[in-house]
Amino acid sequence: MLQLDTVHTFETPEGVDLGLRVAGPVPRALAFVLDTLIRYAVLFVLSMILLPLAELGIGAFLILLFLMEWFYPVLFEVTRGATPGKKAMGLTVVHDNGTPIGWPASLIRNLLRVVDFFPLFYGIGLLSMLINRRFQRLGDLAAGTLVVYTEAARRTDVTIEAEARALPVPLAVEEQRALLDFAERSTTLAPGRVEELAEIITDEHGPAAVQTVLGYARWLERGR
Amino acid sequence: MKQQQFIEQQRPLWDSFRQLADELDKPPRRRAAVELERLPELYRRLCADYALARHRHYSTGLVDELHDLVQRGHRLLYQRKSFWLWRMVAFLWSGFPNTLRRHQRAFWLATFLFYGPALAMGLACYLDPDFIYTILDPFEVASMEFMYDPANPLPGRSEDRASATDFSMFGYYIWNNIGIGFRTFASGMLAGVGTVLLLLFNGVVIGGVAGHLTQLGFSATFWTFVAGHSAFELTAICISGAAGLLLGKAIIAPGRRTRGEALKWAALEAVTLVLGAALLLLGAAFIEAFWSSNGAVAPAVKYAVSAAMWTALILYLGLAGRGRDAA
Repeated sequence: MLQLDTVHTFETPEGVDLGLRVAGPVPRALAFVLDTLIRYAVLFVLSMILLPLAELGIGAFLILLFLMEWFYPVLFEVTRGATPGKKAMGLTVVHDNGTPIGWPASLIRNLLRVVDFFPLFYGIGLLSMLINRRFQRLGDLAAGTLVVYTEAARRTDVTIEAEARALPVPLAVEEQRALLDFAERSTTLAPGRVEELAEIITDEHGPAAVQTVLGYARWLERGR
Repeated sequence: MKQQQFIEQQRPLWDSFRQLADELDKPPRRRAAVELERLPELYRRLCADYALARHRHYSTGLVDELHDLVQRGHRLLYQRKSFWLWRMVAFLWSGFPNTLRRHQRAFWLATFLFYGPALAMGLACYLDPDFIYTILDPFEVASMEFMYDPANPLPGRSEDRASATDFSMFGYYIWNNIGIGFRTFASGMLAGVGTVLLLLFNGVVIGGVAGHLTQLGFSATFWTFVAGHSAFELTAICISGAAGLLLGKAIIAPGRRTRGEALKWAALEAVTLVLGAALLLLGAAFIEAFWSSNGAVAPAVKYAVSAAMWTALILYLGLAGRGRDAA
């Protein structure tokens, strides 16, 4: 099936399909820039504190530099699901079966970052992401991980404010669903656009058309 | 069934699931008492509702809401957590050595790629005093000679690090050496080529330096310095190399799996090796900073300790966790 959006679906052991919206190169690059800024800021503060402490401080600083260089993403991904930069961009790292990322996968994808960074500023990583259907860089491919959008809580109780109205003709399920979706989204669209859409399927005009279509939707939703 | 009826009938279930999930998402300390054993049941009933809602073509908003709930449940139910200390012990006692033995061929190949050029280059530099200049520039050679000159009161430290203490060198060795180990592994992703090149390069340089310094007559300082940490450091580099070669093999010759699957499997095995190698390098950094640099110890003692470490390491990697390998 041809897909226009970037939803990656997989089946859970319970036999239902779940969808994950994978994130492309741009938000991930921005997240990386944020993380780099955070890292440098922390290292800068650490260097101000530690380096004046002479040799003991230099040793401690080098150890922290090592940890920040290799384990900063690992620590945040395993404990919080994503680094602060990714969090800010609304991204989470998960296994390709949708489960939260664990130590081995996080280590793999972050150790292999060196290769993705090669030869300059994520050259190979970007190439891999563009070739790959799920925007995986090489580290993601080896670790079996995806970077996905953290879903914001969606919808729920939209009550349809209209008097139920029986459908003049029987509708296919897809069509019924389109009516319900219209009713749910009518609160978030501009009034003019709502009327315009409603007028497509009724002979009435203006707010009256909207009331009619919403009435059909209410009838579908709860009957009379 | 109409959508509204369905919602009214099932909403209590969804709400109690959401409550439970909200509690479980909090850190354990701030969590109210929860009926954890209800999670699987609630989750499975939720899955059924989600499937029904999709099948009956209820509105997108409802389907999305249920989808997000199912996704939360999926993450909660299938996450893996275990006691980190126990995993650490199991890793050291059986996971790491067993994995290494499973991939002996990669390990021996990496060892050959490292020691082969090291021996050849060492011999060449030992026989020809000028041969070292084919791989290092005069400045680097001079710095190396200074470091291991018997006249240097701090063997193993270059001129600009003369004031460095053992602890700052410890930090430096961690940052530099473990980084090298990680890069040796990661560059295996370039079809193994990067790993092979790094192994050859490190072999040539280390062998060349050793041969050159021996020929200069600096054995007493050089060999006593490196003897201590050689077992851990050199072996760890070979193990990192083996990990990189596993990645390379998965890409070049994936066998009966698809390349993607072979790569995932190889990476999981390889990361065990890399972590083991990193721990060995941590040990090596400790020894190099606090023991190797100690000039007051008699050379005979240093060689004896070195021999003991090689023996212990070989016994550990060869025997630890035998018979516990379930894989």
